[in-house]
Amino acid sequence: MTARRTDHITPRGPDSSRPAMQIEDVTFHYPDQPGLFSHFSLRVEAGERFGLFGPNGAGKTTLMNLMTGLLAPSTGSIRLLGHEMKRHQRRINKLFGYIPQDFAFYQELSPVENLEFFGAWSGMTGPAIRRRTRELLDILGLAAVRHKKVQQFSGGMKRRVNLAIGVIHQPRLLVLDEPTVGVDVQTRHAIVNYLKQLNESGTTLIYTSHQLSEAEELCNTIALIDEGRIIAHEALDTLLARHRQEGLEGLFLELTGKNYRDQSV
Amino acid sequence: MFVMPVLLVLIVTGMQSGTFDLASKNKLPLLVCNRDTGAASLQFIRAVDTMGLFEVREIPASQNEEMIRERIYRKEAMMAVVLPADFSAEVSARSRAIAGKALRSFGLDDSVSRGAGSAAQAGARSRGTDGADLTLYYSPILQESFRRSAEGTLYSALQLVESRQLLKTLYFSINEKELPDTLENELLSNPEKISEIAVSRSAGRKAPTVSQHNVPAWTIFAMFFVVVSLGSGIVRDKRSGSFIRLRTMPTSYVVSILSRQITYLGVTMIQTVLIFAIGVWIFPYVGLPRLDLPDDWTGLVIISLLCGWCAVSYAICVGVFAETEEQANGFGVISIVILAAIGGLMIPDFIMTGPFRAAMKFSPLRWCLDAYYSLFLEGGKLKDVWPNVLSLFLIIAGLQGIALWGLKRKNLI
Repeated sequence: MTARRTDHITPRGPDSSRPAMQIEDVTFHYPDQPGLFSHFSLRVEAGERFGLFGPNGAGKTTLMNLMTGLLAPSTGSIRLLGHEMKRHQRRINKLFGYIPQDFAFYQELSPVENLEFFGAWSGMTGPAIRRRTRELLDILGLAAVRHKKVQQFSGGMKRRVNLAIGVIHQPRLLVLDEPTVGVDVQTRHAIVNYLKQLNESGTTLIYTSHQLSEAEELCNTIALIDEGRIIAHEALDTLLARHRQEGLEGLFLELTGKNYRDQSV
Repeated sequence: MFVMPVLLVLIVTGMQSGTFDLASKNKLPLLVCNRDTGAASLQFIRAVDTMGLFEVREIPASQNEEMIRERIYRKEAMMAVVLPADFSAEVSARSRAIAGKALRSFGLDDSVSRGAGSAAQAGARSRGTDGADLTLYYSPILQESFRRSAEGTLYSALQLVESRQLLKTLYFSINEKELPDTLENELLSNPEKISEIAVSRSAGRKAPTVSQHNVPAWTIFAMFFVVVSLGSGIVRDKRSGSFIRLRTMPTSYVVSILSRQITYLGVTMIQTVLIFAIGVWIFPYVGLPRLDLPDDWTGLVIISLLCGWCAVSYAICVGVFAETEEQANGFGVISIVILAAIGGLMIPDFIMTGPFRAAMKFSPLRWCLDAYYSLFLEGGKLKDVWPNVLSLFLIIAGLQGIALWGLKRKNLI
């Protein structure tokens, strides 16, 4: 990873007057899983590094899909950066970035080609795409392989390409689904540091992962959900102190139990 | 995407060119075992040879059935005909019997047919089961259509020999002298010629060739093979999450679908131009007839665009509903081969039987082919193929609708 800079990101202080994400009284269920979310509410403040955790089947992925507009709630409202999701999906899509767990890009293309494609898709102009592509490839240590096909890359390099695509349009809110799964320690360290820099420059982070030690390092606020309900939502330090736990793993086990959660298929 | 379709068109057209040239260049070998010593058998062999379908190879009269079978097994020829020892006598007896009937009906003295009827019956009895004039052996490998065609030629030759004999007998009975050769030739030669006119809407169209038949058909086939690339590409996008990522971006999904379609429509158009160009400029260098492009270029462009768009829409549908790349490729390729077969790209529609002929009407490849044939073979114009244009529009709209419904159902848009 090359030297990191923060001056490439347009400074945008968090707008404390309205939350980055506000879920109000949302109900959603799959046909085969009734009552997954019933009158569910959650608020993520602007500028937070928010971690969403829960055991398998708790509803994390569904909640992420609701937050990103991939699923629509039956009732209730979801507002991103003050905009109602149902009514302003297109406008909201310009303001937030999504980094899925999968390598959601074209592996037969190079990093530059992928960034140009997704940059254009984000509504950016040619010069802006080229400038951001150069910046991101430098920051994420991909400049030397900018024209090589991504399918030749290691898992860690692919994760960085995935991340670069999600932030090319400088989103004000970034939703990350296990952004470091399957990478080595060095890459994880670099990604976490980069996410902190993004947050310092004004980007709100909503993050989910099973890497609890990484979450402790990155998040300042967390929510634990189980069976579609919030069982804890507070600043990480406050939560740990209240439950007299040293780390997030102990807190997680105390609140969600030690039984397997993925017995049914 | 380009090399294989070009090879396909070249090879299939080259192979079918041999079938088209069967009558003129590539004659079918025919073994002839003449056990008769009379004049009629020689006349028959000469008539068969003159008709041009066969390359006549005479084999010794002593060859028995087993030997003839062996020659066919050895692929010396696909067919063999045996003229029995009493072939000439039989032809003569039958001619005399018919001549006698004719003379009696004219009220003339019948001295020629006395004993002819009983001689003919005795001949038939001595020759075996069904009293056939000749026996035809053929390899089961020989296709039915070729065998029927060969049988027709042999019947024509037989009829010519019998007509000659009948004419001679009648002439002798009436004039009590032999029929002069000049008169015989004059009476038996066939001065009437069949004028062959390929029905065409355009006066300038040339006679159809193997290239006119094959190039449009296999171009359609090539276009529909975009299913391999496009269908599996869509499956890859679904599985990798690219679709999901695109959904979270501000550009409308309609742009995504349209950009993909325009790109692949461009690919199908390049395929079409390439294959047509090879038909026009390369075919003559490899001994194939030059492809004669239609006069109505507007019609050609519109039909090509619709065929390409239909192929692209079908590929998108396959990609949307397939779960894996293997499934998309397997189903895509096999379904195209089936649609091509029932659409008449591989087998001419006029030889199809009831249910297949009915199924043909439901193959979009057939509508494409009908439109192309109208332009390439009948000299038609766009106004002549509007029903095909309408059908293609409807199927494209249907496929696009199904694809969008599938994407919606899978929560991909």
